[in-house]
Amino acid sequence: MAVAAETTPRWSRRRRLSWASVRRGSVPYVLLAPVAAVLAAILGYPIYSLVRLSLQHYTLFELIAHKGQYIGLKNFGSVLHDQIFWHTLVRTIVFTIVNVGLSVVGGTLIALLLVRVSGWVRILLTSGLVLVWSMPQVVAVQVWNWMTNFQNGVVNYVLTELHLGNYYGHDFTQSTTSALGLVTTLIVWGALPFIAITLYAALSQVPAELVEAAEIDGARPWRVFLDVTLPILRPVLLILTSLSILWDFGVFTQPYLLIRQVHIHPSNYLMGIYLFEEGYLKSDYGRGAAISILMLFIVAALAFVYVRRMVRIGEAE
Amino acid sequence: MRTKAVRQLGWNTVGIALFVVMVFPVYWMVSTAFKTDDQINGLTPTWFPFHPTLKHFSDAIHTPFFWTDVKNSIIVVLVTVAVAIVLSFLAAVALAKYRFTGRKLFIFLIIGIQMLPGAGLIIPLYVVLARYHEVGKLSGVIITYLTFALPFCVWTLRGFIVGIPSDLEEAAMVDGSTRLGAFVRILLPLVAPGLVATSVFAFITSWNEYIFARILLNDQNTQTVTVWLSYFLGTSRNQDWGALMAGSTLTAIPVIIFFLLVQRRIMFGLTAGAVKG
Repeated sequence: MAVAAETTPRWSRRRRLSWASVRRGSVPYVLLAPVAAVLAAILGYPIYSLVRLSLQHYTLFELIAHKGQYIGLKNFGSVLHDQIFWHTLVRTIVFTIVNVGLSVVGGTLIALLLVRVSGWVRILLTSGLVLVWSMPQVVAVQVWNWMTNFQNGVVNYVLTELHLGNYYGHDFTQSTTSALGLVTTLIVWGALPFIAITLYAALSQVPAELVEAAEIDGARPWRVFLDVTLPILRPVLLILTSLSILWDFGVFTQPYLLIRQVHIHPSNYLMGIYLFEEGYLKSDYGRGAAISILMLFIVAALAFVYVRRMVRIGEAE
Repeated sequence: MRTKAVRQLGWNTVGIALFVVMVFPVYWMVSTAFKTDDQINGLTPTWFPFHPTLKHFSDAIHTPFFWTDVKNSIIVVLVTVAVAIVLSFLAAVALAKYRFTGRKLFIFLIIGIQMLPGAGLIIPLYVVLARYHEVGKLSGVIITYLTFALPFCVWTLRGFIVGIPSDLEEAAMVDGSTRLGAFVRILLPLVAPGLVATSVFAFITSWNEYIFARILLNDQNTQTVTVWLSYFLGTSRNQDWGALMAGSTLTAIPVIIFFLLVQRRIMFGLTAGAVKG
Protein backbone atom coordinates (compact mmCIF):
# COMPACT_ATOMS: atom_id res chain seq x y z
CA MET A 1 0.00 0.00 0.00
CA ALA A 2 2.76 2.39 0.99
CA VAL A 3 4.68 1.54 -2.16
CA ALA A 4 1.60 2.13 -4.28
CA ALA A 5 1.10 5.59 -2.78
CA GLU A 6 4.71 6.60 -3.45
CA THR A 7 4.62 5.64 -7.10
CA THR A 8 1.43 7.61 -7.74
CA PRO A 9 2.30 10.41 -10.17
CA ARG A 10 2.30 13.92 -8.78
CA TRP A 11 -0.55 15.18 -10.97
CA SER A 12 -3.01 12.80 -9.35
CA ARG A 13 -2.32 14.09 -5.84
CA ARG A 14 -5.30 16.40 -5.86
CA ARG A 15 -7.62 13.59 -6.71
CA ARG A 16 -6.70 11.72 -3.57
CA LEU A 17 -9.53 13.32 -1.68
CA SER A 18 -12.04 12.18 -4.25
CA TRP A 19 -14.85 9.79 -3.42
CA ALA A 20 -12.79 6.84 -4.67
CA SER A 21 -9.92 7.56 -2.31
CA VAL A 22 -12.21 8.02 0.66
CA ARG A 23 -13.69 4.68 -0.18
CA ARG A 24 -10.25 3.13 -0.43
CA GLY A 25 -9.24 4.67 2.88
CA SER A 26 -12.25 3.18 4.57
CA VAL A 27 -11.44 -0.36 3.42
CA PRO A 28 -9.54 -1.38 6.59
CA TYR A 29 -12.35 -0.07 8.78
CA VAL A 30 -14.93 -2.00 6.81
CA LEU A 31 -12.81 -5.14 7.19
CA LEU A 32 -12.45 -4.62 10.94
CA ALA A 33 -16.07 -3.67 11.57
CA PRO A 34 -17.53 -7.18 11.97
CA VAL A 35 -14.97 -8.34 14.55
CA ALA A 36 -15.13 -5.03 16.37
CA ALA A 37 -18.93 -5.11 16.50
CA VAL A 38 -19.09 -8.70 17.73
CA LEU A 39 -16.42 -8.15 20.38
CA ALA A 40 -18.17 -5.00 21.57
CA ALA A 41 -21.40 -6.96 21.97
CA ILE A 42 -20.07 -10.14 23.56
CA LEU A 43 -17.18 -8.71 25.58
CA GLY A 44 -17.49 -4.91 25.75
CA TYR A 45 -21.06 -5.02 26.99
CA PRO A 46 -20.42 -7.75 29.63
CA ILE A 47 -17.41 -5.81 30.93
CA TYR A 48 -19.58 -2.69 31.19
CA SER A 49 -22.13 -4.81 33.09
CA LEU A 50 -19.33 -6.11 35.29
CA VAL A 51 -18.54 -2.60 36.48
CA ARG A 52 -22.23 -1.87 37.12
CA LEU A 53 -22.73 -5.21 38.88
CA SER A 54 -19.83 -4.56 41.22
CA LEU A 55 -21.67 -1.48 42.52
CA GLN A 56 -24.94 -3.33 43.08
CA HIS A 57 -26.48 -5.77 45.45
CA TYR A 58 -27.12 -8.50 42.91
CA THR A 59 -28.07 -12.05 43.87
CA LEU A 60 -30.32 -14.72 42.39
CA PHE A 61 -33.38 -12.64 43.29
CA GLU A 62 -32.10 -9.59 41.38
CA LEU A 63 -31.03 -11.84 38.51
CA ILE A 64 -34.61 -13.03 38.08
CA ALA A 65 -36.06 -9.55 38.60
CA HIS A 66 -33.46 -8.12 36.17
CA LYS A 67 -32.81 -5.25 38.49
CA GLY A 68 -29.98 -4.68 40.94
CA GLN A 69 -29.87 -2.34 43.86
CA TYR A 70 -27.14 0.33 43.87
CA ILE A 71 -24.98 0.09 46.98
CA GLY A 72 -21.85 2.04 46.01
CA LEU A 73 -18.51 0.49 46.91
CA LYS A 74 -19.87 -1.86 49.57
CA ASN A 75 -18.96 -4.99 47.56
CA PHE A 76 -15.35 -3.88 47.28
CA GLY A 77 -15.32 -3.02 51.00
CA SER A 78 -16.65 -6.45 51.84
CA VAL A 79 -14.04 -8.22 49.70
CA LEU A 80 -11.15 -6.09 50.92
CA HIS A 81 -12.13 -6.74 54.52
CA ASP A 82 -12.34 -10.47 53.89
CA GLN A 83 -9.39 -12.31 55.43
CA ILE A 84 -9.94 -15.13 52.95
CA PHE A 85 -9.38 -12.75 50.04
CA TRP A 86 -5.97 -11.65 51.33
CA HIS A 87 -4.90 -15.17 52.23
CA THR A 88 -6.02 -16.37 48.80
CA LEU A 89 -4.13 -13.53 47.11
CA VAL A 90 -0.88 -14.35 48.93
CA ARG A 91 -1.35 -18.07 48.27
CA THR A 92 -2.00 -17.45 44.59
CA ILE A 93 1.11 -15.25 44.28
CA VAL A 94 3.31 -17.90 45.93
CA PHE A 95 1.66 -20.59 43.79
CA THR A 96 2.32 -18.54 40.64
CA ILE A 97 5.96 -17.91 41.50
CA VAL A 98 6.60 -21.60 42.21
CA ASN A 99 4.78 -22.79 39.07
CA VAL A 100 6.34 -20.24 36.73
CA GLY A 101 9.78 -20.81 38.23
CA LEU A 102 9.60 -24.58 37.83
CA SER A 103 8.12 -24.45 34.33
CA VAL A 104 10.53 -21.87 32.92
CA VAL A 105 13.69 -23.26 34.54
CA GLY A 106 12.65 -26.83 33.72
CA GLY A 107 11.73 -25.87 30.16
CA THR A 108 15.10 -24.16 29.67
CA LEU A 109 16.95 -27.23 30.96
CA ILE A 110 15.00 -29.50 28.62
CA ALA A 111 15.71 -27.17 25.68
CA LEU A 112 19.43 -27.26 26.48
CA LEU A 113 19.23 -31.04 26.77
CA LEU A 114 17.55 -31.26 23.35
CA VAL A 115 20.59 -29.57 21.79
CA ARG A 116 22.97 -32.09 23.35
CA VAL A 117 21.28 -35.46 22.75
CA SER A 118 21.73 -37.57 19.58
CA GLY A 119 19.34 -37.06 16.69
CA TRP A 120 17.09 -40.03 17.36
CA VAL A 121 16.75 -39.21 21.07
CA ARG A 122 15.84 -35.65 20.09
CA ILE A 123 13.08 -36.88 17.79
CA LEU A 124 11.83 -39.28 20.46
CA LEU A 125 11.81 -36.64 23.21
CA THR A 126 10.26 -33.94 21.02
CA SER A 127 7.46 -36.30 19.95
CA GLY A 128 6.83 -37.17 23.60
CA LEU A 129 6.71 -33.49 24.53
CA VAL A 130 4.28 -32.66 21.71
CA LEU A 131 2.10 -35.57 22.80
CA VAL A 132 1.93 -34.23 26.37
CA TRP A 133 1.33 -30.70 25.06
CA SER A 134 -1.68 -31.90 23.09
CA MET A 135 -3.46 -33.43 26.12
CA PRO A 136 -6.69 -31.55 26.90
CA GLN A 137 -6.66 -30.07 30.43
CA VAL A 138 -9.75 -31.90 31.64
CA VAL A 139 -8.38 -35.21 30.35
CA ALA A 140 -5.01 -34.57 31.98
CA VAL A 141 -6.72 -33.83 35.29
CA GLN A 142 -8.65 -37.10 35.18
CA VAL A 143 -5.49 -39.06 34.38
CA TRP A 144 -3.68 -37.48 37.35
CA ASN A 145 -6.73 -38.13 39.52
CA TRP A 146 -6.40 -41.79 38.64
CA MET A 147 -2.61 -41.87 39.04
CA THR A 148 -2.77 -40.34 42.51
CA ASN A 149 -5.98 -41.82 43.91
CA PHE A 150 -5.58 -42.87 47.53
CA GLN A 151 -6.65 -46.46 47.02
CA ASN A 152 -4.17 -47.67 44.43
CA GLY A 153 -2.64 -44.69 42.65
CA VAL A 154 0.46 -45.60 40.69
CA VAL A 155 2.24 -42.47 41.92
CA ASN A 156 1.58 -43.52 45.52
CA TYR A 157 2.97 -46.97 44.69
CA VAL A 158 6.14 -45.67 43.04
CA LEU A 159 6.84 -43.13 45.80
CA THR A 160 6.47 -45.85 48.43
CA GLU A 161 8.64 -48.32 46.52
CA LEU A 162 11.33 -45.65 46.19
CA HIS A 163 11.24 -45.37 50.02
CA LEU A 164 10.21 -41.75 49.90
CA GLY A 165 7.62 -42.39 52.58
CA ASN A 166 4.53 -44.48 53.04
CA TYR A 167 1.93 -43.32 50.54
CA TYR A 168 -0.41 -46.30 50.72
CA GLY A 169 -3.89 -44.96 51.31
CA HIS A 170 -2.49 -41.42 51.23
CA ASP A 171 -4.91 -38.80 49.93
CA PHE A 172 -2.93 -35.97 48.34
CA THR A 173 -5.90 -33.61 48.50
CA GLN A 174 -6.09 -33.78 52.30
CA SER A 175 -3.54 -31.11 53.17
CA THR A 176 -3.22 -27.73 51.49
CA THR A 177 0.45 -28.15 50.68
CA SER A 178 0.13 -31.55 49.07
CA ALA A 179 -3.09 -30.59 47.25
CA LEU A 180 -1.48 -27.52 45.72
CA GLY A 181 1.74 -29.50 45.22
CA LEU A 182 -0.24 -31.98 43.16
CA VAL A 183 -1.81 -29.15 41.13
CA THR A 184 1.67 -27.72 40.60
CA THR A 185 2.98 -31.07 39.35
CA LEU A 186 0.11 -31.30 36.88
CA ILE A 187 0.51 -27.72 35.65
CA VAL A 188 4.29 -27.89 35.30
CA TRP A 189 4.03 -31.24 33.51
CA GLY A 190 1.57 -29.68 31.07
CA ALA A 191 3.54 -26.43 30.63
CA LEU A 192 7.03 -27.89 30.10
CA PRO A 193 6.50 -28.99 26.47
CA PHE A 194 5.41 -25.58 25.17
CA ILE A 195 8.26 -23.79 26.94
CA ALA A 196 10.92 -26.39 26.07
CA ILE A 197 10.00 -26.63 22.39
CA THR A 198 9.71 -22.87 21.97
CA LEU A 199 13.08 -22.32 23.63
CA TYR A 200 14.65 -25.10 21.58
CA ALA A 201 13.47 -23.34 18.42
CA ALA A 202 15.03 -20.12 19.72
CA LEU A 203 18.26 -21.96 20.63
CA SER A 204 18.71 -23.05 17.04
CA GLN A 205 19.19 -19.34 16.29
CA VAL A 206 22.30 -19.23 18.48
CA PRO A 207 25.22 -19.27 16.03
CA ALA A 208 27.33 -22.37 16.61
CA GLU A 209 30.51 -20.44 15.71
CA LEU A 210 29.89 -18.07 18.59
CA VAL A 211 29.65 -20.91 21.09
CA GLU A 212 32.72 -22.64 19.62
CA ALA A 213 34.73 -19.43 19.67
CA ALA A 214 33.85 -18.91 23.32
CA GLU A 215 34.79 -22.51 24.13
CA ILE A 216 38.11 -22.21 22.32
CA ASP A 217 38.79 -19.07 24.31
CA GLY A 218 38.49 -21.29 27.37
CA ALA A 219 35.08 -20.15 28.61
CA ARG A 220 33.41 -22.61 30.95
CA PRO A 221 29.99 -24.02 29.87
CA TRP A 222 28.22 -21.92 32.51
CA ARG A 223 29.83 -18.71 31.23
CA VAL A 224 29.04 -19.64 27.62
CA PHE A 225 25.41 -20.04 28.64
CA LEU A 226 25.30 -16.74 30.52
CA ASP A 227 27.21 -14.63 27.98
CA VAL A 228 26.32 -16.18 24.63
CA THR A 229 23.13 -18.23 24.85
CA LEU A 230 21.08 -16.33 27.40
CA PRO A 231 21.17 -12.91 25.68
CA ILE A 232 19.78 -14.52 22.52
CA LEU A 233 17.08 -16.37 24.46
CA ARG A 234 16.11 -13.30 26.49
CA PRO A 235 13.23 -11.94 24.38
CA VAL A 236 11.64 -15.40 24.09
CA LEU A 237 12.17 -16.10 27.79
CA LEU A 238 10.53 -12.80 28.65
CA ILE A 239 7.43 -13.62 26.63
CA LEU A 240 7.20 -17.20 27.94
CA THR A 241 7.57 -16.01 31.52
CA SER A 242 4.89 -13.33 31.13
CA LEU A 243 2.50 -15.79 29.53
CA SER A 244 3.13 -18.37 32.26
CA ILE A 245 2.54 -15.79 35.00
CA LEU A 246 -0.80 -14.83 33.45
CA TRP A 247 -1.92 -18.43 32.93
CA ASP A 248 -0.88 -19.65 36.35
CA PHE A 249 -2.34 -16.69 38.22
CA GLY A 250 -5.75 -17.15 36.62
CA VAL A 251 -5.77 -20.96 36.71
CA PHE A 252 -9.11 -22.64 37.42
CA THR A 253 -9.71 -25.99 35.73
CA GLN A 254 -6.78 -27.90 37.22
CA PRO A 255 -7.23 -27.00 40.91
CA TYR A 256 -11.02 -27.15 40.64
CA LEU A 257 -11.13 -30.64 39.16
CA LEU A 258 -8.06 -32.07 40.88
CA ILE A 259 -8.81 -30.99 44.44
CA ARG A 260 -12.50 -31.58 43.69
CA GLN A 261 -15.54 -30.12 45.33
CA VAL A 262 -15.25 -32.30 48.43
CA HIS A 263 -11.83 -31.03 49.41
CA ILE A 264 -11.98 -27.47 48.10
CA HIS A 265 -11.79 -25.29 51.16
CA PRO A 266 -10.85 -21.65 51.94
CA SER A 267 -7.47 -22.96 53.11
CA ASN A 268 -6.59 -24.13 49.58
CA TYR A 269 -8.40 -21.52 47.46
CA LEU A 270 -6.61 -19.99 44.50
CA MET A 271 -7.95 -16.73 43.04
CA GLY A 272 -10.00 -18.38 40.27
CA ILE A 273 -11.59 -20.82 42.73
CA TYR A 274 -12.31 -18.08 45.30
CA LEU A 275 -14.12 -16.10 42.62
CA PHE A 276 -16.08 -19.13 41.44
CA GLU A 277 -17.13 -20.13 44.97
CA GLU A 278 -17.97 -16.66 46.27
CA GLY A 279 -19.57 -15.22 43.14
CA TYR A 280 -21.06 -18.06 41.13
CA LEU A 281 -21.82 -20.86 43.61
CA LYS A 282 -23.17 -18.50 46.30
CA SER A 283 -25.05 -16.57 43.57
CA ASP A 284 -23.67 -13.30 44.99
CA TYR A 285 -22.96 -11.80 41.57
CA GLY A 286 -22.38 -8.26 42.84
CA ARG A 287 -19.63 -9.37 45.19
CA GLY A 288 -18.31 -11.77 42.55
CA ALA A 289 -18.10 -8.84 40.14
CA ALA A 290 -16.03 -6.89 42.65
CA ILE A 291 -13.63 -9.85 43.01
CA SER A 292 -13.44 -10.18 39.20
CA ILE A 293 -12.51 -6.53 38.83
CA LEU A 294 -9.78 -6.80 41.46
CA MET A 295 -8.47 -9.94 39.76
CA LEU A 296 -8.55 -8.36 36.30
CA PHE A 297 -6.64 -5.32 37.60
CA ILE A 298 -3.91 -7.56 39.01
CA VAL A 299 -3.73 -9.49 35.73
CA ALA A 300 -3.64 -6.25 33.74
CA ALA A 301 -0.67 -5.08 35.79
CA LEU A 302 1.07 -8.42 35.24
CA ALA A 303 0.26 -8.43 31.52
CA PHE A 304 1.55 -4.94 30.88
CA VAL A 305 5.08 -5.95 29.87
CA TYR A 306 3.91 -8.72 27.59
CA VAL A 307 1.17 -6.76 25.87
CA ARG A 308 3.45 -3.76 25.25
CA ARG A 309 6.04 -5.99 23.63
CA MET A 310 3.52 -7.81 21.43
CA VAL A 311 1.85 -4.56 20.34
CA ARG A 312 5.25 -3.28 19.25
CA ILE A 313 5.79 -6.40 17.13
CA GLY A 314 2.31 -6.09 15.63
CA GLU A 315 2.91 -2.46 14.78
CA ALA A 316 6.28 -3.04 13.16
CA GLU A 317 5.09 -5.73 10.76
CA MET B 1 37.31 -38.76 22.06
CA ARG B 2 36.17 -41.39 24.52
CA THR B 3 35.04 -38.83 27.11
CA LYS B 4 32.95 -37.23 24.38
CA ALA B 5 31.21 -40.53 23.63
CA VAL B 6 30.62 -41.15 27.33
CA ARG B 7 29.16 -37.69 27.71
CA GLN B 8 26.87 -38.25 24.72
CA LEU B 9 25.70 -41.50 26.28
CA GLY B 10 24.98 -39.62 29.51
CA TRP B 11 22.89 -36.95 27.78
CA ASN B 12 21.00 -39.60 25.82
CA THR B 13 20.22 -41.51 29.01
CA VAL B 14 18.88 -38.36 30.65
CA GLY B 15 16.84 -37.64 27.51
CA ILE B 16 15.29 -41.10 27.45
CA ALA B 17 14.55 -41.04 31.19
CA LEU B 18 12.83 -37.68 30.74
CA PHE B 19 10.83 -39.06 27.83
CA VAL B 20 9.62 -41.94 30.00
CA VAL B 21 8.58 -39.67 32.89
CA MET B 22 6.81 -37.13 30.66
CA VAL B 23 4.95 -39.63 28.52
CA PHE B 24 4.04 -41.98 31.38
CA PRO B 25 0.67 -40.32 32.24
CA VAL B 26 -0.44 -40.61 28.60
CA TYR B 27 0.68 -44.23 28.51
CA TRP B 28 -1.07 -44.91 31.81
CA MET B 29 -4.32 -43.44 30.48
CA VAL B 30 -4.34 -45.55 27.31
CA SER B 31 -3.10 -48.75 28.95
CA THR B 32 -5.61 -48.48 31.81
CA ALA B 33 -8.41 -48.15 29.27
CA PHE B 34 -7.49 -51.61 27.94
CA LYS B 35 -6.92 -53.39 31.28
CA THR B 36 -9.36 -55.71 32.97
CA ASP B 37 -11.08 -54.55 36.16
CA ASP B 38 -8.94 -56.90 38.26
CA GLN B 39 -5.76 -55.42 36.85
CA ILE B 40 -7.03 -51.89 37.45
CA ASN B 41 -8.23 -52.44 40.99
CA GLY B 42 -5.25 -54.50 42.16
CA LEU B 43 -3.06 -52.93 44.83
CA THR B 44 0.11 -53.44 42.80
CA PRO B 45 0.00 -51.80 39.40
CA THR B 46 -0.15 -53.90 36.23
CA TRP B 47 2.42 -52.25 33.99
CA PHE B 48 1.24 -53.67 30.71
CA PRO B 49 -2.33 -54.59 29.65
CA PHE B 50 -1.88 -58.29 28.78
CA HIS B 51 -5.27 -59.68 27.71
CA PRO B 52 -6.56 -56.25 26.59
CA THR B 53 -10.30 -55.68 26.72
CA LEU B 54 -12.55 -53.20 24.95
CA LYS B 55 -15.16 -53.39 27.71
CA HIS B 56 -14.33 -49.97 29.16
CA PHE B 57 -14.70 -48.26 25.80
CA SER B 58 -18.10 -49.81 25.38
CA ASP B 59 -19.01 -48.79 28.95
CA ALA B 60 -17.87 -45.23 28.32
CA ILE B 61 -19.79 -44.72 25.10
CA HIS B 62 -22.88 -46.28 26.62
CA THR B 63 -22.91 -43.93 29.59
CA PRO B 64 -26.02 -41.77 29.48
CA PHE B 65 -25.62 -38.67 27.36
CA PHE B 66 -22.18 -39.53 25.92
CA TRP B 67 -23.29 -39.25 22.31
CA THR B 68 -25.54 -36.27 23.02
CA ASP B 69 -22.62 -34.46 24.60
CA VAL B 70 -20.25 -35.38 21.77
CA LYS B 71 -22.81 -33.98 19.34
CA ASN B 72 -23.12 -30.81 21.45
CA SER B 73 -19.35 -30.35 21.49
CA ILE B 74 -19.15 -30.78 17.74
CA ILE B 75 -21.94 -28.24 17.13
CA VAL B 76 -20.42 -25.68 19.48
CA VAL B 77 -16.92 -26.11 18.07
CA LEU B 78 -17.92 -26.04 14.39
CA VAL B 79 -20.09 -22.93 14.73
CA THR B 80 -17.46 -21.15 16.83
CA VAL B 81 -14.66 -21.91 14.38
CA ALA B 82 -16.71 -21.04 11.29
CA VAL B 83 -17.85 -17.68 12.64
CA ALA B 84 -14.45 -16.85 14.11
CA ILE B 85 -12.47 -17.69 10.97
CA VAL B 86 -14.67 -15.76 8.53
CA LEU B 87 -14.88 -12.62 10.66
CA SER B 88 -11.29 -12.61 11.82
CA PHE B 89 -9.86 -13.24 8.36
CA LEU B 90 -11.21 -9.86 7.25
CA ALA B 91 -9.78 -8.14 10.31
CA ALA B 92 -6.45 -9.93 9.87
CA VAL B 93 -6.17 -8.68 6.27
CA ALA B 94 -6.83 -5.14 7.50
CA LEU B 95 -4.09 -5.44 10.14
CA ALA B 96 -1.55 -7.09 7.87
CA LYS B 97 -2.01 -5.10 4.67
CA TYR B 98 -3.17 -1.62 5.68
CA ARG B 99 -1.85 1.21 7.81
CA PHE B 100 -4.63 3.28 9.33
CA THR B 101 -5.53 5.38 12.34
CA GLY B 102 -6.60 3.23 15.28
CA ARG B 103 -4.56 0.24 14.17
CA LYS B 104 -2.43 0.32 17.31
CA LEU B 105 -5.49 0.49 19.55
CA PHE B 106 -7.04 -2.48 17.78
CA ILE B 107 -3.85 -4.56 18.12
CA PHE B 108 -3.71 -3.62 21.78
CA LEU B 109 -7.29 -4.79 22.33
CA ILE B 110 -6.78 -8.05 20.42
CA ILE B 111 -3.75 -8.98 22.52
CA GLY B 112 -5.13 -7.62 25.77
CA ILE B 113 -8.37 -9.60 25.48
CA GLN B 114 -6.44 -12.84 25.10
CA MET B 115 -4.75 -12.17 28.42
CA LEU B 116 -8.03 -11.95 30.35
CA PRO B 117 -8.42 -15.04 32.53
CA GLY B 118 -11.60 -16.99 31.82
CA ALA B 119 -12.38 -17.15 35.55
CA GLY B 120 -12.50 -13.35 35.69
CA LEU B 121 -15.19 -13.26 33.00
CA ILE B 122 -17.61 -15.90 34.27
CA ILE B 123 -19.71 -13.53 36.41
CA PRO B 124 -20.45 -10.84 33.80
CA LEU B 125 -20.93 -13.36 30.98
CA TYR B 126 -23.26 -15.45 33.13
CA VAL B 127 -25.37 -12.49 34.24
CA VAL B 128 -25.61 -10.94 30.77
CA LEU B 129 -26.43 -14.26 29.10
CA ALA B 130 -29.03 -15.00 31.80
CA ARG B 131 -30.66 -11.67 30.99
CA TYR B 132 -31.05 -12.78 27.36
CA HIS B 133 -32.14 -16.32 28.32
CA GLU B 134 -29.00 -17.87 26.84
CA VAL B 135 -27.98 -19.88 29.93
CA GLY B 136 -28.35 -23.61 29.33
CA LYS B 137 -28.24 -23.19 25.57
CA LEU B 138 -25.45 -24.07 23.18
CA SER B 139 -25.79 -20.66 21.51
CA GLY B 140 -24.83 -19.03 24.81
CA VAL B 141 -21.71 -21.18 25.01
CA ILE B 142 -20.79 -20.31 21.43
CA ILE B 143 -20.97 -16.62 22.34
CA THR B 144 -18.56 -17.12 25.23
CA TYR B 145 -16.20 -19.17 23.05
CA LEU B 146 -16.05 -16.38 20.50
CA THR B 147 -14.60 -14.11 23.18
CA PHE B 148 -11.34 -16.05 23.01
CA ALA B 149 -11.57 -17.59 19.51
CA LEU B 150 -11.97 -14.26 17.67
CA PRO B 151 -8.90 -12.47 19.09
CA PHE B 152 -6.81 -15.62 18.74
CA CYS B 153 -7.77 -16.10 15.09
CA VAL B 154 -7.23 -12.44 14.21
CA TRP B 155 -3.75 -12.44 15.71
CA THR B 156 -2.66 -15.80 14.27
CA LEU B 157 -4.05 -15.19 10.78
CA ARG B 158 -2.40 -11.78 10.74
CA GLY B 159 0.91 -13.58 11.27
CA PHE B 160 0.27 -15.87 8.30
CA ILE B 161 -0.80 -13.02 6.01
CA VAL B 162 2.17 -10.85 6.94
CA GLY B 163 4.43 -13.72 5.88
CA ILE B 164 3.20 -13.49 2.29
CA PRO B 165 5.42 -11.20 0.24
CA SER B 166 3.39 -8.25 -1.03
CA ASP B 167 5.51 -8.23 -4.24
CA LEU B 168 3.36 -11.08 -5.53
CA GLU B 169 0.19 -9.15 -4.96
CA GLU B 170 1.65 -5.98 -6.49
CA ALA B 171 2.87 -7.87 -9.51
CA ALA B 172 -0.64 -9.11 -10.11
CA MET B 173 -1.97 -5.58 -9.75
CA VAL B 174 0.55 -4.24 -12.27
CA ASP B 175 -0.66 -6.94 -14.64
CA GLY B 176 -4.05 -5.31 -14.50
CA SER B 177 -5.84 -7.19 -11.74
CA THR B 178 -7.93 -5.22 -9.30
CA ARG B 179 -7.00 -5.39 -5.65
CA LEU B 180 -9.82 -7.83 -5.04
CA GLY B 181 -8.77 -9.94 -8.02
CA ALA B 182 -5.20 -10.02 -6.79
CA PHE B 183 -6.46 -10.93 -3.39
CA VAL B 184 -8.58 -13.85 -4.52
CA ARG B 185 -6.11 -15.31 -7.00
CA ILE B 186 -2.82 -14.70 -5.21
CA LEU B 187 -3.38 -14.18 -1.50
CA LEU B 188 -6.09 -16.72 -0.78
CA PRO B 189 -4.28 -19.83 -2.09
CA LEU B 190 -1.12 -18.80 -0.28
CA VAL B 191 -2.87 -18.20 3.01
CA ALA B 192 -4.99 -21.37 2.81
CA PRO B 193 -2.59 -23.50 4.91
CA GLY B 194 -2.59 -20.76 7.55
CA LEU B 195 -6.39 -20.71 7.52
CA VAL B 196 -6.50 -24.46 8.03
CA ALA B 197 -3.93 -24.40 10.82
CA THR B 198 -5.67 -21.55 12.62
CA SER B 199 -9.08 -23.24 12.29
CA VAL B 200 -7.71 -26.48 13.68
CA PHE B 201 -6.12 -24.71 16.60
CA ALA B 202 -9.32 -22.80 17.33
CA PHE B 203 -11.12 -26.15 17.10
CA ILE B 204 -8.78 -27.64 19.72
CA THR B 205 -9.11 -24.72 22.14
CA SER B 206 -12.90 -24.74 21.91
CA TRP B 207 -13.13 -28.53 22.23
CA ASN B 208 -10.96 -28.39 25.37
CA GLU B 209 -12.75 -25.44 26.98
CA TYR B 210 -14.20 -26.20 30.39
CA ILE B 211 -15.08 -23.27 32.65
CA PHE B 212 -17.61 -21.46 30.44
CA ALA B 213 -19.34 -24.71 29.57
CA ARG B 214 -19.36 -25.66 33.25
CA ILE B 215 -21.12 -22.49 34.43
CA LEU B 216 -23.55 -22.19 31.51
CA LEU B 217 -24.64 -25.79 30.95
CA ASN B 218 -26.19 -27.55 33.90
CA ASP B 219 -28.46 -29.94 32.06
CA GLN B 220 -26.90 -33.23 30.95
CA ASN B 221 -28.76 -32.95 27.64
CA THR B 222 -26.85 -29.84 26.68
CA GLN B 223 -23.39 -30.50 28.04
CA THR B 224 -20.12 -30.61 26.18
CA VAL B 225 -17.68 -33.50 26.30
CA THR B 226 -15.34 -31.84 28.79
CA VAL B 227 -18.19 -31.27 31.24
CA TRP B 228 -19.37 -34.85 30.70
CA LEU B 229 -15.86 -36.09 31.46
CA SER B 230 -15.51 -33.89 34.54
CA TYR B 231 -18.73 -35.26 36.05
CA PHE B 232 -17.68 -38.83 35.30
CA LEU B 233 -15.82 -38.93 38.56
CA GLY B 234 -18.50 -38.56 41.18
CA THR B 235 -17.95 -38.43 44.88
CA SER B 236 -18.47 -42.12 45.49
CA ARG B 237 -15.58 -44.22 46.71
CA ASN B 238 -15.74 -46.91 44.07
CA GLN B 239 -14.70 -45.31 40.85
CA ASP B 240 -14.95 -46.91 37.44
CA TRP B 241 -11.40 -45.94 36.53
CA GLY B 242 -11.35 -48.12 33.42
CA ALA B 243 -14.35 -46.41 31.86
CA LEU B 244 -13.03 -42.99 32.94
CA MET B 245 -9.71 -43.64 31.20
CA ALA B 246 -11.50 -44.98 28.12
CA GLY B 247 -13.65 -41.83 28.06
CA SER B 248 -10.55 -39.69 28.53
CA THR B 249 -8.80 -41.46 25.68
CA LEU B 250 -11.80 -40.94 23.39
CA THR B 251 -11.99 -37.24 24.31
CA ALA B 252 -8.28 -36.75 23.73
CA ILE B 253 -7.89 -38.64 20.45
CA PRO B 254 -9.34 -36.02 18.06
CA VAL B 255 -7.36 -33.31 19.83
CA ILE B 256 -4.08 -35.24 19.71
CA ILE B 257 -4.46 -36.05 16.01
CA PHE B 258 -5.31 -32.48 15.06
CA PHE B 259 -2.61 -31.07 17.28
CA LEU B 260 0.10 -33.26 15.74
CA LEU B 261 -1.02 -32.08 12.30
CA VAL B 262 -0.78 -28.35 12.97
CA GLN B 263 1.68 -27.99 15.82
CA ARG B 264 4.64 -27.06 13.59
CA ARG B 265 2.69 -24.44 11.68
CA ILE B 266 1.22 -22.87 14.77
CA MET B 267 4.59 -22.85 16.51
CA PHE B 268 5.66 -20.40 13.86
CA GLY B 269 2.59 -18.31 14.59
CA LEU B 270 3.20 -18.35 18.34
CA THR B 271 6.90 -17.76 18.40
CA ALA B 272 7.91 -15.95 15.22
CA GLY B 273 7.03 -12.67 16.84
CA ALA B 274 9.04 -13.47 19.90
CA VAL B 275 12.18 -14.41 18.01
CA LYS B 276 11.96 -11.37 15.76
CA GLY B 277 11.34 -8.93 18.61
